[in-house]
Amino acid sequence: MRELWRKPFWPLVVLLLLNLALAPGFFAVRVQDGRLYGSVIDILHNGAPVALMALGMTLVIATRGIDLSVGAIVAIAGATTCAWIAASPDPTSPGAALEGIGIALGLSVALGAWNGFLVSVLGIQPIIATLVLMTAGRGLAQLITDGQIVTVNNPLFSDIAGGELLAVPLTVVVAAAVYALVALATRATALGTLVEAVGINPAASRLAGVRARVLIWTVYVFSALCAGVAGLMISSNINAADANRAGLWLELDAILAVVIGGTSLAGGRFSIVGTLFGALTIQTLNTTVLTLGIPPDVSLVFKAVVVIAVCLMQSPRTYELLAGRRRKRPPAAPPGEATPPEPRPVERPVERSTS
Amino acid sequence: MTAVPQPGPDAAPLLEMTGISVAFGPVRALDGVDFRLRAGEVHALMGENGAGKSTLIKALTGVHPLDAGRVVLDGAEVAFSGPAQAQAAGISTVYQEVNLCPNLSVAENLLLGREPRRWGRIDGRGVRKRAREVLARLHLDVDPASPLGSHSIAVQQLVSIGRAVQVDCKVLILDEPTSSLDADEVAELFRVVSGLRAEGVAILFVTHFLDQVYAISDRTTVLRNGRLVGEYRTAELPRLQLVSAMVGRELEALEQLDRAPAAPAPEAVEPVVAASGLGRRGAIEPVDLAVRPGEVVGLAGLLGSGRTELARLLFGADRADTGQITIDGRVVPMRTPRDAIGSGVAFTSENRGAEGVVADLTVRDNIVLAMQAARGLRRIPGRTQEEVAARWIEVLDIRPPDPDALLRNLSGGNQQKVLLARWLATGPRLLILDEPTRGIDIGAKAQIQALVADLAGQGMAVVYISAELEEVVRLADRVLVLRDRRPVAELTGEDVEVDRVMELIATGHADPPGTGGAEWEYGRADA
Repeated sequence: MRELWRKPFWPLVVLLLLNLALAPGFFAVRVQDGRLYGSVIDILHNGAPVALMALGMTLVIATRGIDLSVGAIVAIAGATTCAWIAASPDPTSPGAALEGIGIALGLSVALGAWNGFLVSVLGIQPIIATLVLMTAGRGLAQLITDGQIVTVNNPLFSDIAGGELLAVPLTVVVAAAVYALVALATRATALGTLVEAVGINPAASRLAGVRARVLIWTVYVFSALCAGVAGLMISSNINAADANRAGLWLELDAILAVVIGGTSLAGGRFSIVGTLFGALTIQTLNTTVLTLGIPPDVSLVFKAVVVIAVCLMQSPRTYELLAGRRRKRPPAAPPGEATPPEPRPVERPVERSTS
Repeated sequence: MTAVPQPGPDAAPLLEMTGISVAFGPVRALDGVDFRLRAGEVHALMGENGAGKSTLIKALTGVHPLDAGRVVLDGAEVAFSGPAQAQAAGISTVYQEVNLCPNLSVAENLLLGREPRRWGRIDGRGVRKRAREVLARLHLDVDPASPLGSHSIAVQQLVSIGRAVQVDCKVLILDEPTSSLDADEVAELFRVVSGLRAEGVAILFVTHFLDQVYAISDRTTVLRNGRLVGEYRTAELPRLQLVSAMVGRELEALEQLDRAPAAPAPEAVEPVVAASGLGRRGAIEPVDLAVRPGEVVGLAGLLGSGRTELARLLFGADRADTGQITIDGRVVPMRTPRDAIGSGVAFTSENRGAEGVVADLTVRDNIVLAMQAARGLRRIPGRTQEEVAARWIEVLDIRPPDPDALLRNLSGGNQQKVLLARWLATGPRLLILDEPTRGIDIGAKAQIQALVADLAGQGMAVVYISAELEEVVRLADRVLVLRDRRPVAELTGEDVEVDRVMELIATGHADPPGTGGAEWEYGRADA
């Protein structure tokens, strides 16, 4: 029996209702120039990059890893594309944009392969292995842009963030498609189970014949690719590459989204849908700050309070307190029968990640 | 069986627990259990997993509140709120896992939290002095300044005991302290325990090893399914009666297994797997080993003798640096478990928790894991998964018979059955079992042994490792004896008997019986 109020969609629902109460037209959506507009669409559109990064992060975390480098890869992807377009003979041609996008995504994959190599082959702790690229990566992005903000004026490139398919912003379409793909891949293939097995018990998985190394490598490549796509969206949105600020701290948003979604940082079981709710919660929170008219100097505090509340709500300890249940040890079961579930102290170490 | 409690001529009980009941929701973990402990005795508490041993200890130390019953210590009724209060009253517990700080010194560990102080600061000299006193009391020759982690588990275990007894300790509870010790270490532990007994400490001793019960304990109390079966004087309690008190009806299953194993396969049959010169530096010297269809080959030896190491090389869990493996006459590279699995080899590790179970996945996921891994990402259809899981749950009598139960919620014996199911589902030709019956209750043990005999009867080749020699001897057609990382002998047919194997392990060569037996006083079952 799972308690409904512990599900990851509650914070989002509460935030949305709050917005509706404050701004009655919050859910209004209109079509203008063939594109949907409205607060909800804004949330989806602006939340798409973090949602993508969080998706990659979910699989990484499920294997007991973490990828701190995704923010830097966002900057690198944007910088690479913009620098390539700006340097090409015809900076407005679709060809230049396609080349730039291809190179950026290829580079993202290469960087993910580097992370995966450090983690799965050299056995470096994921937090350290990806910290390397987190710091070095931003430097790389600055090198690519020469420390300048590179602006481009390329219609095809602008369309990544500004374009739409059947009136839906392309960013939303892309993010939704990738989510659907991954959800399908983890359900229709054995990917989900194998990733979870590796995350829960790597040694046992190896002895059972699971290609743990290949799997771990793959999730880091996929995470970097997601970050690359997110980087394209972000730089396309402003038609520029800002190596210093693009994707800054977004790796933490991505991790937070995963945690809010109910995936344990200890690895193992993961929830794609939960992560989606987590990412949308974060973006809705940003919107709420605006709707409420919270002054910028207290907006961070407001966000912090909400995040802490959400995490507390999901912590097993709070759950026990609120449920008014005395913590009792599980009984010793009669032989041959199951012992009742043991209360796991670190089932969801969410509190720690909020700092 | 006659469960006549023995009042005994000794002193009145130091600790008397009467009518103890502890319930967790609808489950009665303890139901009206009486338990008495006298000063200066070692009292073994026996029972299968889930019999209520741990619950009784936790009820005594105040971890679990009592639903009924009373505890009288030294003539006064007590009710502890937790282990700290129990310890203050003189009841100390040493657990199976050493929970000390390996990075601190022996002295610091002994006195952690109660260091002598001087001017508000820890008095280093005083700490070492007190530590030396405690070590001297235990007759333990260890440098108090050396880091705890540099010593064997046995010494660490003894330091835990030292920690427990340095305060005014009336009752010492040892909860399976020997499960990770080898025979010599057990002897050392028992020497210390005997010393404490002579000092008048009342010792409650929980173990799975029958030999140890007879080696050290004065009395034995047996629990089954949360009820008291009886209290006995150990010396007057025949083994068979002890076992039957613990398992009840399931004893029949054990006795049935004592039939002679199937006739060994004739030499003419092509071996399924043949290893020649297989070795790995620092793990095991080169070994030749062939296993034929329908044959159970036992690997016998102490912990660290190379028995586990050899099994891991056969499976590719570790990489051999000499020798080669032939399967069906063809040389097969055996570099990773995948290579082995691809050749029809299956392996369950002795370390069920760390290298076997995937605790947070369901029983079904665990059973199909090896099958699935062999297929790669192509998911086994849901219906097939259900069928496979249902089949093996039934064949192996896995309880609860729920494929959607999380594996962590199963008992040790049932987890082991799930691991067996995982491999049997792949239809292996060679099954390597490293300690498949460690730490599981006797009922499940018997079932697993019966299964192995059955599988061999159907033509599967089996390599069987167990620290319990009787188990190896009972099942194996042939036994390869290992000692100090080297094979010392291979016994077949009539020669496969416990005494011969023990001789070989103890001395490296088969002497006439009677020599070299002394060090086996505390039982061979715990290597």
